[in-house]
Amino acid sequence: MKNKSYFDRHLGQFLIAPGTLVIFGVMLTPIFYAFYISLNKLTFRGENTLYDFVGFGNYVDIVAKDPWFSKSILTTLEFTLLTVAAEIVLGIGIALVLNKEFFGRGFVRGLMILPWAMPTVVNAVMWKWILNPNYGAANGILLKLGLIENKVYWLATPRGAFLSILVANVWKETPYVVLLTIAALSTIPEDLYEAGSIDGAGGWKAFWKITLPLIKQVVLILTITKTIWAFQTFDLVVVMTSGGPENSTNLLSYYIYRVAFKMNRFGSAAAMSYSLSMLCFLLTFIYIKVFMGSGDEPKQDKLAKKQRRQLR
Amino acid sequence: MSVRAKKKLGRAVLYALVLTIVIFTFAPYLWLIISSFSTKAELLDRMVFLFPEKPTLVNYQNLMGKDFVPVIGNSLVVTSSAVLVSLVLGVLAAYGYSRFRFRGRGPLLNLSLFTQMIPPIAMVIPMYVIFKMLGMMNTREMLIIIYLSLVLPYLIWIMKSYIDGIPLELEEAAMIDGCSKLRSFFTVVVPVIITGLAATVIFAFIITWNEFFYAFILTKTTAAKTLPVLVYDFNSKFGSNYVMSATLGVVASLPPVLVALIFQKYIIKGLAAGAVKG
Repeated sequence: MKNKSYFDRHLGQFLIAPGTLVIFGVMLTPIFYAFYISLNKLTFRGENTLYDFVGFGNYVDIVAKDPWFSKSILTTLEFTLLTVAAEIVLGIGIALVLNKEFFGRGFVRGLMILPWAMPTVVNAVMWKWILNPNYGAANGILLKLGLIENKVYWLATPRGAFLSILVANVWKETPYVVLLTIAALSTIPEDLYEAGSIDGAGGWKAFWKITLPLIKQVVLILTITKTIWAFQTFDLVVVMTSGGPENSTNLLSYYIYRVAFKMNRFGSAAAMSYSLSMLCFLLTFIYIKVFMGSGDEPKQDKLAKKQRRQLR
Repeated sequence: MSVRAKKKLGRAVLYALVLTIVIFTFAPYLWLIISSFSTKAELLDRMVFLFPEKPTLVNYQNLMGKDFVPVIGNSLVVTSSAVLVSLVLGVLAAYGYSRFRFRGRGPLLNLSLFTQMIPPIAMVIPMYVIFKMLGMMNTREMLIIIYLSLVLPYLIWIMKSYIDGIPLELEEAAMIDGCSKLRSFFTVVVPVIITGLAATVIFAFIITWNEFFYAFILTKTTAAKTLPVLVYDFNSKFGSNYVMSATLGVVASLPPVLVALIFQKYIIKGLAAGAVKG
C-alpha cells in the first residue's frame, strides 16, 4: 500500500468536499453578502439592484431613529425567556411522569412526537382556529364548562395575543424536550436511585441530587437550541397576529421581515439581522459559560478523540 | 395512611397526570381533524368538541381546485430531491469526517454546525438579492439548494455519530481481504448503519416538507410554492373560511405526522444522537 494515488491519500477531503461546499456555499456566502448589504441602501429597479454605500449609517439609524427595533428586541427577549422556561420545566416534568411504569407507556411516549412533526405553519393555523372567538374550541369548551360567561377575543388584546402565541409555541416545542429528556433519563442506572434511597434521598432530593446532575448536559443543549429557535419565531406571528395588536407580538424576525420586504429597506433589515445574529451568539456563549462552569467531561472527550484511530 | 393506600393514591395521581398529558397533546390536533370533516354551519351550531354527526368530505373535494395539485407536486419534488441528494452527500461526508484525519477537519465540522445557528431571517435577505441576481427566484431548484444546506449539517452529524460507533476492525478486515476503502465502506459499514440511514431520511423529510420560512419569502407562484405556503395563503385569503384552512392543514401535516408516528423509534434515536453529542 505504498504507491497510493493522490485521490487515495486525500480520500477524506474528497468525501467531505461536496456536502461541505453546499453548506458553506449556501449559508456562508449570503452571510458575508448580508454584511455588504447592511452597509448600503438598496433600490430595486426591475431586474437591477442599485447600491448606495452609507457605511455604518444603517446601524446608527436602527438604534437612533427606529424606536420599534429596540422595542421589538425587548418583546422578543420576553417571549424567549418565557417560552424557554415553560418548555424546559414542563418538558422535564412530563418526561419524569412518562418515565414511570404505567399501562400504555409506549403509546403515550409515541404521541409526544406528534406536535414535533407538525409543520409550524399548520400549528399556527390550528391555534388561530382554536382561539377563534365564534367557532373556536377554546371558547366552546370554556363556555360549556361555565368558566367564562362571554366569548373571549383571545387575539384582540395585546396581552392576550402575546400569551396566545406563547401557548401555541410551548405546545409545539415542549414534546421535543420531553423526548430528549426521556432518552437521557433512560441512561441513568436504576441502582443509583436505590443507593440514594438507602441514604435517605427520595422524591425531590433524588431529583436534585441524582437526576438533574446526570441530565445536565442534555438540559443545557436543549436550553441553547430552544433559545435560538424561540428567538427566531416567525411563523406563529405572521399567521396568528401579524405583529399586533399594538405591536405586542412584533417579534424580531417578523419585524425585520417587514422592514425588508414590506418597507423595502433592505440595508436596515440586513443591519438588524446582523444584530440579531450577534444576540443569538452572545446568548449561546453565556449559556455555555454558565452551565459548563464545572464538570470534567470535556477533558475526557478530548482524550478519547486523541485515542481514536483512523483508517489508513 | 397505610403504605398500600399511599401506593394506590400514587397510581391514581400518575394516571391522572398521564391522561392530562395525552389530552393536551392530542386534543388540538383532533380538533383540526374534526373541523376538516365538518361544515361551517355545523360548527357554528354546536360549538362542541365532538365528531360531526354527518361527517362530510366536501372540504376535501373543495381543495382540489385552488392551486392544490401543482403545489403538492412542488412539495413532493422539492422534498424528495433534497432528501435523496442530501442523503448521498451526507453519508459520504459523515464517513470522511468519521474515518479520516486531515487538516481543518474539526473546524470544518464545527463551522458547518455553526451555520445552523445563524437566524434564517439573516440568511433570507441576502439570498433574496442573490437569487434574484441569478434569475433563480421562485424556482424549485432554488428551494432544493437551500433545503440541502439546511439538512446536511444535521445529517452529517448524526451519521457521523453512527459510524463512530462501528469498530474500525470491521473495515480493516475487509481491506485485508482486498477491498478498497470505499468498497469496504459500502459493503461493511453501510449495512450496519442502515437504521441510522432510515432515521436521517425521515428526519430530512420532515424538515424539508415542513419548511415554511424560506418558501414563504422566496416563492411567489405555483411554479415553486410548497404546501406550507399554501396553508398560509388559505389562512389569509379565505379569511373567515377556517374550515378550508383546517382541511389543508390536515393534508399538509398528515405525511410528516404519520411518518413520525410510524418510525418514532428511529427518530428519537437520531434526535438523541444529534443533540446529546451536539
